[in-house]
Amino acid sequence: MKGNEALAEAAIRAGCKCFFGYPITPQTELAAYMAKRMNKEGGVFLQAESEIAAINMVLGAASTGVRAMTSSSSPGISLKSEGISYMAGSDVPAVIINVQRGGPGLGGIQPSQADYWQATKANGHGDFQLLVYAPCSVQEMVDMVVKAFDTADKYRVPAMILADGLLGQMMEPVSFPEINPNAVDKSSWATTGHGNKRAHNIVNSLYINATDLEDVVRERYERYAKIEANETDAELYQTEDADVLVCAYGATARVVKSAVNAARAEGIKAGMFRPKTLWPFPKKELNEAAKNASKLLCVEMSMGQMVDDIKLAINCSKPVSFFGRTGGVIPTPAEVLSEIKTLAAQAE
Amino acid sequence: MAIVFEKPHALCDVPMHYCPGCTHGIVHRLLCEVIDEMGIEGDTIGVCPVGCSVFAYNYFNCDMIEAPHGRAPAVATGVKRSNPDKFVFTYQGDGDLAAIGTAETVHVGARGENIVVIFINNTIYGMTGGQMAPTTIPGQVTQTTPFGRDTALAGHPIRVCEMMATLSGTALAQRVAVDTVPHIRETKKAIRKAFENQKEKRGLSIVEILSTCPTNWGLSPLDAIKRLQDECIPYYPLGVYKDVTAEGGDK
Repeated sequence: MKGNEALAEAAIRAGCKCFFGYPITPQTELAAYMAKRMNKEGGVFLQAESEIAAINMVLGAASTGVRAMTSSSSPGISLKSEGISYMAGSDVPAVIINVQRGGPGLGGIQPSQADYWQATKANGHGDFQLLVYAPCSVQEMVDMVVKAFDTADKYRVPAMILADGLLGQMMEPVSFPEINPNAVDKSSWATTGHGNKRAHNIVNSLYINATDLEDVVRERYERYAKIEANETDAELYQTEDADVLVCAYGATARVVKSAVNAARAEGIKAGMFRPKTLWPFPKKELNEAAKNASKLLCVEMSMGQMVDDIKLAINCSKPVSFFGRTGGVIPTPAEVLSEIKTLAAQAE
Repeated sequence: MAIVFEKPHALCDVPMHYCPGCTHGIVHRLLCEVIDEMGIEGDTIGVCPVGCSVFAYNYFNCDMIEAPHGRAPAVATGVKRSNPDKFVFTYQGDGDLAAIGTAETVHVGARGENIVVIFINNTIYGMTGGQMAPTTIPGQVTQTTPFGRDTALAGHPIRVCEMMATLSGTALAQRVAVDTVPHIRETKKAIRKAFENQKEKRGLSIVEILSTCPTNWGLSPLDAIKRLQDECIPYYPLGVYKDVTAEGGDK
């Protein structure tokens, strides 16, 4: 199954009732799949007039407690930033898919990971975080969409699947496990009409008194602290005795894994750390993976974004170098292997 | 003693922040009277804008959502599509609806989104202190048109009802005013019709209400009403621009 279609199918199985989108390469198959399925099966598919409208339709639908989703690619995600910030500020859970392409500006349409900072640091204005999942296979896209809906509902935060054009376009075998979406009671806040049975619910991000706003943001950060304590996830590959620890996420990790295997075949103790959640960043897992490493290498399809989080997570206790290709260029295993060899050859 | 006049139930019993002489209060009341009379408060979800009526979520007793600036029609679309049996309305000012939210507004008309749009046109941005709105009349002095709106520089106003009436999905596009008792009664009738349209799934209903902003117009409440009559109504003629019901016919 194609990655983009797997994302759509997984969302439907996870109980997504509303999909609002706007065409953009390389995620178009997702919306096309939703268009075929949703309206026939009691759900809603609607092509919006813009990315901005699409995210606000998600805001409206999700405010009534239904599971809602939108998908886009990098330039479109920039347009959605306003709505994402409002959703975070109004504690409205929903899922946003970013099938990344090269940037900035119109950039290109080839795979990229240059939206890491946007997703993890500033997908809109204000003090807030977005749950960010980074799949590296079509199967993981499926698993993470389900996880994203459940976790978003649990903590009342928006969640993002940060994929890329490679994952969206590639075909892999995939299995759909029995999915039992966690049913979360949203009646205390959802705007479904009060039915003359309760006081009116208000979904809102405006707090005109500074201390009120501070209180609301602090409460949200208490939830973020729980997310950071409970929701991190990472893959540690051959890290137990690794001297050179290569860090990568998403499609890049597939290349890195090949390079690590090739390095091992040449007798180099290489390993890989792959965060599956980019926020919360798996700091504990990274420190565990890096415990025996003398050097770290971060590989990304960008000019170096996650590398900052790697340095922070290990408190700059070890040298961290970076190798990246950008603009839609995918690094090759040979390039990564060459970087690993150079590092391994360096005197400690 | 018999009660002859009281607050509609749909209107919260809280102090409002509106300036003296502002007509938002009248429109709030009319909207709530309609909600009461139709008995739909428990089945209604309102979406308020960014602008002077940003706090409307505190004034309407139904469930409320505060939308980003200009996006209320998109938010309302999400609500209505996922809850087709509920009543959904937006309450928006001229900057919100006809400048930053023009695309959202046009497309709920194009799609025939089965919602009600209450549009307050007072020809100025009130909340931010009186800047030029997309509906500011040529020659009108605002903070950002200090020498009067010069159309060569600042372009022309948008006549929203006329524009919305061109869209196939619009069921009702009617412009009313709240300057006199007969006009206020007409406004209430238009709002009622808009909600009846939603009940009958006829498509988008937009009621444009010419309103005053004494504070930012720099006029007393009475003089503001006079300006509404002398300048606004002639530029924005009252009337039904589209009505798909039997009595209106699709003009």
